[in-house]
Amino acid sequence: MLGRTAGGLFWMFRYLERSENIARLVDAGFRIALTRFDAADDEWASVVETSGVKGLYLEQHDQFDATSVINFLLRDKSNPSSVISVVDMARNNARMVRASLTREVWEATNNCWMTLKSVMARPVKERELPEVLDVIRKQSAQVRGALHGTMLRNDIFNFARLGTFLERADSTARILDVKYYVLLPSANYVGSSLDNVQWETILRSVSAMRSYRWLYKGEISPKGIADFLIMDHRMPRSLAFCYAKIDDNLRFLSKDYDFDAPCRELAETIYSRFSNQSIDAVFEFGLHEFIESFLSDNDALYQQIQRDYGFYG
Amino acid sequence: MFGRDDILRQPYKNYQKWIADEDIRRLRKKSLEAEAYFRSTGITFNVYGQEEEAERLIPFDIVPRIISGHEWNRLTRGIIQRVKAMNAFLHDIYHRQEILKAGRIPLELIAENEVFVPQMIGVSPPGGVYTHIVGVDIVRTDENQFYVLEDNTRTPSGVSYMLENRETMLQMFPELFSNNRIQNVSDYPKSLHRSLSACAPPACNGKPVVAILTPGIHNSAYFEHSFLADQMGAELVEGNDLKLVDGRICMRTTQGFTPIDVLYRRVDDEYLDPLSFNPRSLLGVPGVMDIYRSGGITLANAPGNGISDDKAIYSYMPDIIEFYTGEKAILENVPTWRCSEQESLSYVLDNLSDLVVKEVHGSGGYGMLVGPAASKREIRTFATKLKQKPANYIAQPTLSLSTVPVLTRQGLAPRHVDLRPFVLVSPDKIDIMPGGLTRVALKEGSLVVNSSQGGGTKDTWVLEE
Repeated sequence: MLGRTAGGLFWMFRYLERSENIARLVDAGFRIALTRFDAADDEWASVVETSGVKGLYLEQHDQFDATSVINFLLRDKSNPSSVISVVDMARNNARMVRASLTREVWEATNNCWMTLKSVMARPVKERELPEVLDVIRKQSAQVRGALHGTMLRNDIFNFARLGTFLERADSTARILDVKYYVLLPSANYVGSSLDNVQWETILRSVSAMRSYRWLYKGEISPKGIADFLIMDHRMPRSLAFCYAKIDDNLRFLSKDYDFDAPCRELAETIYSRFSNQSIDAVFEFGLHEFIESFLSDNDALYQQIQRDYGFYG
Repeated sequence: MFGRDDILRQPYKNYQKWIADEDIRRLRKKSLEAEAYFRSTGITFNVYGQEEEAERLIPFDIVPRIISGHEWNRLTRGIIQRVKAMNAFLHDIYHRQEILKAGRIPLELIAENEVFVPQMIGVSPPGGVYTHIVGVDIVRTDENQFYVLEDNTRTPSGVSYMLENRETMLQMFPELFSNNRIQNVSDYPKSLHRSLSACAPPACNGKPVVAILTPGIHNSAYFEHSFLADQMGAELVEGNDLKLVDGRICMRTTQGFTPIDVLYRRVDDEYLDPLSFNPRSLLGVPGVMDIYRSGGITLANAPGNGISDDKAIYSYMPDIIEFYTGEKAILENVPTWRCSEQESLSYVLDNLSDLVVKEVHGSGGYGMLVGPAASKREIRTFATKLKQKPANYIAQPTLSLSTVPVLTRQGLAPRHVDLRPFVLVSPDKIDIMPGGLTRVALKEGSLVVNSSQGGGTKDTWVLEE
């Protein structure tokens, strides 16, 4: 496989994952804005911040109102992280690596792009938002379904999955990075209703409100949430889960290529922080510090993978 | 579809019976389904310089163009003869230049021609093949009269449409394929791979590695490049995937560098090698020409082929065929006035409103004048351009191209068509796919079939004899 193709597969799936995560963040923000009126603008601000485009947003808008944020995050082409921008890039990468994809995966991706382009041709009004988010969710589910149902489990699949899980880990960590303070025991509003809102947002941002309630029998605690998002292997968006998958895929590549790439060792080191530690140790170390260092490690791993497999030469 | 006196032609008899019973609304629905299929498959082409809607579909018409086995055999013989002559001509032009010495072609036509590539002088490509893939544009003016309109020996495109149009028809109207004995074209990618592999360079050891070089996803024919790579099981590479390593051109893979034996390049000569041609090109591979000359890689098609399909050379094609094959040309050339010759120029200027005038190096239907369809003013403007640089133009009579029906809102209506069969040349044989790309001018009365000018395509059926 060409190094460029490996890179194209990685980024195609990284962008697809990103589009879903942004839709999920908007969904969570919207839910909070509807049910907790006082917190609405703050919540939209933190959604924009979590998407990593706060600076860009403030260049164009002076307040965080629902309509501006929604349109900026979903359909603004000047925002490189808007859903429409990342889907466009995912599809460009798909075109580039088309010969490595099954017909089903290509068509699902292309249809996703065509559908979203037409759905977002005009500004999205607040009342249309649930429908639009639903379309985004369904479109990405189709690509994922096609990937799982039709692709060979070989190096092509491994690079695709690496893109997915590096992005997902990054996204979960960012959500924690922006909201870490509400999970700290020292926070002075512990137990207040504001707390509950914030905890709920975190869980909704990773589509885990229901599964958390189910696992913890409705008892929401900051430590429980942190444990769930960082250490819990059952939770498909937790850092531990993502790194178990990254580790698997890198292991498979090493075996397939008969070459133990340096990125594998790095991934193992990062992974060991979830498998050999408890959440108490993380809080002792400092939740914020832990997340910050994870984000930079996650990026370092990407750099190492692209070097080892020659994404750019 | 109809011959003289409006008699239905033999090859269409079966089809006519079928379509007479068809409901036009069902056909229109099928037509929309076909469009949706093309969109979701991504069979699009890019239009340069348009930001929005940059990807467009080439309209596909569901009425096939049908050719009898007998007609096809005659075309085939003519095409093979022509392609052989072009190969021999290229070899001669870049070696001993006998045809110039014999005075059959004026020296300045070669020497002053910008598509002549001096870097090819004395180079013998592997297997002696220059024109690995050829598209010959043919028009029909009468039941028994075919003309070659143009040869394409550089990077002819359109073969993916031949294949996808057929695929679409098979899905839409399977019943037609059991009622008609239609020759199969789907083996093209296999034949292409075989044919390219047969031209492996001396440096190749083992099974030849074939790759397609594309300018990238923004190129107008990108769909075709990736389609062919996919179908052949070859890598689709870009210039920056390639590097000169230990005297071979190698592609950068996830496991290091792999040498390429045959590069089917869909990048023009000018951009192929910044060290030999345009130094600013980022699409090509620095040093590939040196490796090519020393037998380290095969380039398909060979650089410098433009000299054989140049429109100024075109008018000499009957002489070229006779010179190298000793036979008279089976397929006729359209009578052509070379505006570089004083006498022809004055004739052309006097008769502009009846002629088609083309730029010698033009393509895609750009920069041409279709006299009968042009306004007086357009003709005056064109005459000025022509007088300024007469050698840049050739003129031909306006041919009454044959028509095939297309499905319109009002039902079936005749439209003008041309035909591009695809030819594969290897050292031991010449393969012609029984079919090709039929392009159709969708505007009523129009003679311009180019997709960049609003033309569409049709499936092309060659019936068993």
